[in-house]
Amino acid sequence: MTPDHNLSYKAAFNLIIKRDLTIAFRHRDDIINPLLFFIIVVTLFPLGIGPESTTLSRIAPGIIWVAALLSTLLSLDRLFKSDHDDGSLEQMLLSPHPVFILVLAKIIAHWLVTGLPLIFIAPLLAVLLHLNENSYGALMLTLLLGTPILSLLGAIGVALTVGIKKGGVLLSLLVLPLYIPVLIFATSAIDTAAMNLPYSGQLAIIAALFFGSLTLAPFAVSSALKVSTN
Amino acid sequence: MILLANSLNIQCSDKPTSKQLLLSANALTCIREDRILFEELDLSVHSGDIVQVEGPNGSGKTSLLRILAGLSQPYDGSVLFQEQSISEHTDTFHQNLLYLGHLPGVKGEMTAQENLEFNLALHGNDAATAEKTLEKVNLLGFEDALASHLSAGQHRRISLARLWQSSAPIWILDEPFTAIDKRGVSELEQLFLAHAERGGCVILTTHQDLSFPEDRVKKITLDYRFY
Repeated sequence: MTPDHNLSYKAAFNLIIKRDLTIAFRHRDDIINPLLFFIIVVTLFPLGIGPESTTLSRIAPGIIWVAALLSTLLSLDRLFKSDHDDGSLEQMLLSPHPVFILVLAKIIAHWLVTGLPLIFIAPLLAVLLHLNENSYGALMLTLLLGTPILSLLGAIGVALTVGIKKGGVLLSLLVLPLYIPVLIFATSAIDTAAMNLPYSGQLAIIAALFFGSLTLAPFAVSSALKVSTN
Repeated sequence: MILLANSLNIQCSDKPTSKQLLLSANALTCIREDRILFEELDLSVHSGDIVQVEGPNGSGKTSLLRILAGLSQPYDGSVLFQEQSISEHTDTFHQNLLYLGHLPGVKGEMTAQENLEFNLALHGNDAATAEKTLEKVNLLGFEDALASHLSAGQHRRISLARLWQSSAPIWILDEPFTAIDKRGVSELEQLFLAHAERGGCVILTTHQDLSFPEDRVKKITLDYRFY
């Protein structure tokens, strides 16, 4: 009995991406709900605060980033929950492929479904908030580097709480403190850009956070999943 | 890894009757919710063995199988695959293991065929013949049906279909007959026998009586303990 295995990192990675995207597109609520939440939260602010452009443009970076953060938090649960509940997660942990590759693919699929649409819709909503015209570049760049961090760090929290029946509050408590550095540096970069000053410093820190979490989070997640399924 | 797998193959094909130690457990102790499920349990499974784990509900059958598969950690003791610890040689072990838990691991959003293809590819098996394999588990005509439209027994069949294409010698199956009809059960029993004849081993839990001759099946009985 020879196990006939064709193992390659790339094949395993593509396999999971393809599966998760197929599931997401057949179950569209997963894509639409966080995006709708993002749009609703951002559009409510001008209604609540009033249409005065100076106030709105001052708080616009914060509103967009806080809304992005909360909508990611809302979507995190589906990352491992359904796989845990139907037994697919056990099978992934027992597959001959390294777990961190599978986990990385799942996180990237999650970002493609929840993070990427936010980046496309954000400039439109920024118009609504009178965002300073110098800030658009910074907004897009911070979102592009920052939203993957939200998915990567969030995955650690989900992996730790996936075995718990009602882990929602615990998840927010675990994950939100980790999101704060991203929030601070992203909004600071956008504010600096509005004053026409260089914001590469803040961007460099966000990039460092991105690469740090990209390389380390998959390992943390795979260990956390092994603990959660124990 | 490949070397190990090949050496296993040579030994099996040269001496099909020789018993090779595949999986062994030393002094396993499992504690759940302050209750000892089993203590100092020793176990050795050779190629050609069919092992049935018996016991009342809550006696620790699933816990034992999960520990043997490496999904759970025992309180004490160790599990060895070909005399190597499974927690240290995880990759080699996983290539030689097929574990099916009591959850079928089938996604409702995907069709029967997509589910099987994914399961096969995830474990490094050839996914190209998934359609033919579905035929063997009586799911012909349901290839393109979303799994959420299928019954519990059909879900089970999708997950069991992997057995027909598996090349892993160690099968650990938790209640494989749940929701399966009588004909399906006898087909599975034939498959287990054939797998054992080829030099593999099957460790399973079931409350049903297996139709094998008494001496063909090794039984491990776990008692329900109150302390």
